[in-house]
Amino acid sequence: MPVSSEDVNKISKLAKLKFSEDEKKKLQNDMSRIIDYMDKINELDLSNVEPLENINETENVFRDDKKKETISREEALKNAPSKTDIFFKVPKVIKK
Amino acid sequence: MNLHEIQTGLAKGKFTLKTIVRNYLNTIEKNKDLNVFITLFNKGTIDRAEEIDSKTKTGKAGKLAGCIVSVKDVIAVKDKPLTCGSKILSNFISLYNATAIERLTEEDAIIIGKVNCDEFAMGSSNEHSYFGATKNPVDKERVPGGSSGASAVSVATDMCNISLGSETGGSVRQPASFCGVTGLKVTYGRISRYGLVAFASSFDSIGIFAKSNYDIAKVLEVIAGYDEKDSTSVLNPVDNYSELLNNKFKSGEIIFGYPKEYFTEGINEDILKGIQHKIELVKKAGFEVKEISLPHSEYVIQTYYILTSAEASSNLERYDGIRYGYRAGNEDSNLNDMYINTRSEGFGDEVKRRIMLGTYVLSAGYYDEYYKKAQKARRLIVKDFENAFKEVDYIITPTTPNTAFKIGEKIDNPLSMYLNDIFTASANLAGVPAISIPAGFDRNGLPFGIQIIGKKFNEAGLLRICDFL
Repeated sequence: MPVSSEDVNKISKLAKLKFSEDEKKKLQNDMSRIIDYMDKINELDLSNVEPLENINETENVFRDDKKKETISREEALKNAPSKTDIFFKVPKVIKK
Repeated sequence: MNLHEIQTGLAKGKFTLKTIVRNYLNTIEKNKDLNVFITLFNKGTIDRAEEIDSKTKTGKAGKLAGCIVSVKDVIAVKDKPLTCGSKILSNFISLYNATAIERLTEEDAIIIGKVNCDEFAMGSSNEHSYFGATKNPVDKERVPGGSSGASAVSVATDMCNISLGSETGGSVRQPASFCGVTGLKVTYGRISRYGLVAFASSFDSIGIFAKSNYDIAKVLEVIAGYDEKDSTSVLNPVDNYSELLNNKFKSGEIIFGYPKEYFTEGINEDILKGIQHKIELVKKAGFEVKEISLPHSEYVIQTYYILTSAEASSNLERYDGIRYGYRAGNEDSNLNDMYINTRSEGFGDEVKRRIMLGTYVLSAGYYDEYYKKAQKARRLIVKDFENAFKEVDYIITPTTPNTAFKIGEKIDNPLSMYLNDIFTASANLAGVPAISIPAGFDRNGLPFGIQIIGKKFNEAGLLRICDFL
């Protein structure tokens, strides 16, 4: 199935990515070729096959719900691109 | 020298670990043009070697004293940069150790530094890195393979004796093949993924590179095993891999199969001959080798790329410029624009292409068409292996259809790059272990590997086979 320029626009919005017009053209072409190749799986009769989600088919893994020290607030803020003393700082969300 | 020889030498006082580390650091310095390391630990490494040398004198050194390890830069080492070969994490410092790193250092292995890779481990050539391409030491105009390309190079050129890489579809075995070293991908869940940055979580596993199977065995018995921090790690007991290497297979004890679907057109002639020669050696050693079928092989690449792109697009949502990593714009930006600019400026082309593909196959209208179907196809591929392993114990294939290609040769054609995983991705889809062992050189002197795929949790068997291949 060819990927349209509308598809590229829609998907990039969902993925929170933006592209120049040239990049979009290349992407549309690449994606079309790749999706076209992937379409081969439609040859398979999968009507009686269950999807495989967990490769080792392991059961739920539980642990006690106990409070544990993981990382401190200071450490958690170490890699933040913008912060105040105790908060991650983000651009204004609510307008005046 | 393998680890056994190093440890004997250290115990007898023939040399010190400090000298060994110095030698490795010199080799790294001399080969800077290969662009292997992103971060080198230098001084810290020498201090650690001195500490371990004094422990050796009192007989208190850990099981892996003498192991000098390079680590693919998608695995966390506490207080060190963890870049994933990406601009978006170029300033990120890890707050903790991956479980594999924790276990290695507890046994006195020394981490010498972090090595280059394709961005977020997406690629088969090591060209998709924000820090530039890594070069193949055999021919500097060629790629070392990927995504753990620099890991393979670091072992091939004696910059260390062990490297930890990661696998999603062949990222350890393919570069091992291209660089002429041994690379093991373990059973899904055998080594904890805690501290391995997620690419496609139902496929990812840590892998080990070395020149000797003994070294891989020693490292594996330390890092394998259940970890409560990774709920997909499994409880199965860990073998004493290095001891098991002493058990030689008796003639007729094991049966090998070669899948007819893997020996068709498009394989480099020299590789085909080399693998056929190896098959003759296996027969001469007294083992049966028979033709088998993995009937869904022609759907492997499609299934693999649909599922891994989907998982990647979901895993990479976390890079939003808020809690860590690169952030575009300033305080006055609009929040949504900040997200978009951060991700568009922070990610490279291949990562963006995978996010777009993954978002596409997961989006309304296409979810059932692609993602769900690929999950079903994955079950058929798993069944292929289950059936094959009723007939044979091990599967032999070439690791790759070709030897190392030129830098730039495939960069503009993502599909032809993806086809590099054609013989390796099936083991990740099925979650089974597989190893690439050096098998020879093509007419241009470029190395290639032979791949052995085993039953789940039979890493020991794969490592034992290295001895007669």
